[in-house]
Amino acid sequence: MTEPTHPMLELRGVRKAFGDKVVLDGVDIPVARGRSLVIIGGSGQGKSVTIKIAIGLMAPDSGQVFVDGEDTANIRTSAERARHNARFGMLFQGAALFDSLTIWENVAFRLINADKVPRKEARDRAIEALARVGLPASVANLYPIELSGGMQKRAGLARAVVAAPQIIFFDEPTTGLDPINADVINDLIVEQVKRLGCTAVSITHDMASARKIGDEIAMLHKGKIVWRGPAADIDHSGNAYVDQFVNGRADGPIKVEV
Amino acid sequence: MNPVQAVGRSTLGLLRTAGSVAIFAGRGVAASVSTPWFGGQMARQVVSIGYLSLPVVGLTAVFTGAALALNIYTGGGRFNAEQIMPQIVALGITRELGPVLAALMLAGRVSAAIAAEIGAMRATEQIDALHTLSTDPFRYLVAPRLIAAVLTLPLLTAVADTIGVAGGFLVATQTLGFSGPLYVQNTWNFLTSWDIQSGLIKAAVFGFIVALMGAYHGYNASGGARGVGRATTHAVVSAAILVFAADYILTSIFTAK
Ligand SMILES: Nc1ncnc2c1ncn2[C@@H]1O[C@H](COP(=O)(O)OP(=O)(O)OP(=O)(O)O)[C@@H](O)[C@H]1O
Ligand SMILES: [Mg+2]
Repeated sequence: MTEPTHPMLELRGVRKAFGDKVVLDGVDIPVARGRSLVIIGGSGQGKSVTIKIAIGLMAPDSGQVFVDGEDTANIRTSAERARHNARFGMLFQGAALFDSLTIWENVAFRLINADKVPRKEARDRAIEALARVGLPASVANLYPIELSGGMQKRAGLARAVVAAPQIIFFDEPTTGLDPINADVINDLIVEQVKRLGCTAVSITHDMASARKIGDEIAMLHKGKIVWRGPAADIDHSGNAYVDQFVNGRADGPIKVEV
Repeated sequence: MNPVQAVGRSTLGLLRTAGSVAIFAGRGVAASVSTPWFGGQMARQVVSIGYLSLPVVGLTAVFTGAALALNIYTGGGRFNAEQIMPQIVALGITRELGPVLAALMLAGRVSAAIAAEIGAMRATEQIDALHTLSTDPFRYLVAPRLIAAVLTLPLLTAVADTIGVAGGFLVATQTLGFSGPLYVQNTWNFLTSWDIQSGLIKAAVFGFIVALMGAYHGYNASGGARGVGRATTHAVVSAAILVFAADYILTSIFTAK
């Protein structure tokens, strides 16, 4: 069998506005199978909106989203939606663990509630996934509130990878963590993405993280992708927006709106 | 803006809200009457909505029953009708005060809690997380609360009816000199099963309203902690108002013969 040539995930001509505020203005983002793309961009530039549209949490005003060559607009029933979502894993910015459930129940949530895996087996798999992100079995019965921010992120990562997704999304995985914990999360992300061989899309404004987890980097500004290239080229992109962002300078083509 | 525009604008706003509540309710009902059900969630909600509301509903009922007995006894005395006090108390409680008071206590206790919990889940992206974990939030969050409230509010009302009549009984026998057995007999012979059933039907409708308002406002909460606070307030106020409105409509249907 030959490898399919279409991208694993593709946003094509996506536009999204809230009221008269245009957030995405014709965005094209193809991501090849097994590649890791990092989207960078300033606050409020629509990075989270991009991911929400890709994952189907938000509908674009126009444009299409293809997953493995399939137009997601053709998904109709909630059963189809659930099957479609089974390809995805997502680590949310604040981890978004369910605070009424224990850590292992959080990690095993999809297994128990969507895949109908018996609880005993789901628990074993959850503890295995926790171990992979460096969390001991002793945290399994704790509640999210009892964990530090870094540990919650790890548990969120375990939840995102436990069912072996094909595409995984990371929304600002290192925001709010100290540099050491941020690096630990970066390493874990790289490790898990490689282990699963999955396609990854991350958004961040942490350049250290972008360099580490991205094969490619794309910059979103004013509703458009203004630059895209290999992560190694980020320091000599020849693009004034990217240079200003990477070096964190106040003066340049990007004006901070106050 | 001239007054006509203002009225027009707020009318449109009201219609838009009514439409989105109706759509939300439709999705909630659809998720409630079809599988998969989340039994564990439902059991948890039956406990927190039903069982844990017993003390407030019971206390409200006993005091209301007692006060009602005193008022009706005094009022009835103006035309020498004190003796039919037990019947009026029983009728007032089963047909009206039992279901309405239980629903109001639930509007305060349960609507607020549902709105705050679901609103906080919205604010911290837990509802988005449910989607990505292939779990429909209407099935996992909304349906269990609707079902639990519709099932338990009639039971709470039955408890409120009993305790309310007992409150009247206590006042009547302890301070107003009624004979105990006679009070019970009068009440029992007078009440028809429809008096009780119509109250329980009301209660099921009120239960739906209370859970729906909590879930709707929580689900649509936006703007962080302040948004959650706003959702909670709106849930309680709208649940209470809708309970009263539904009460009038149902009563006028039930009494039209
Ligand atoms: N549901 C919504 N309703 C209205 N406006 C929204 C909504 N979601 C996002 N926006 C607006 O869209 C713009 C882009 O938001 P988005 O969250 O995608 O930014 P971001 O690039 O992720 O920024 P940050 O780095 O701060 O997270 C913002 O101006 C935001 O106010
Ligand atoms: Mg964001």
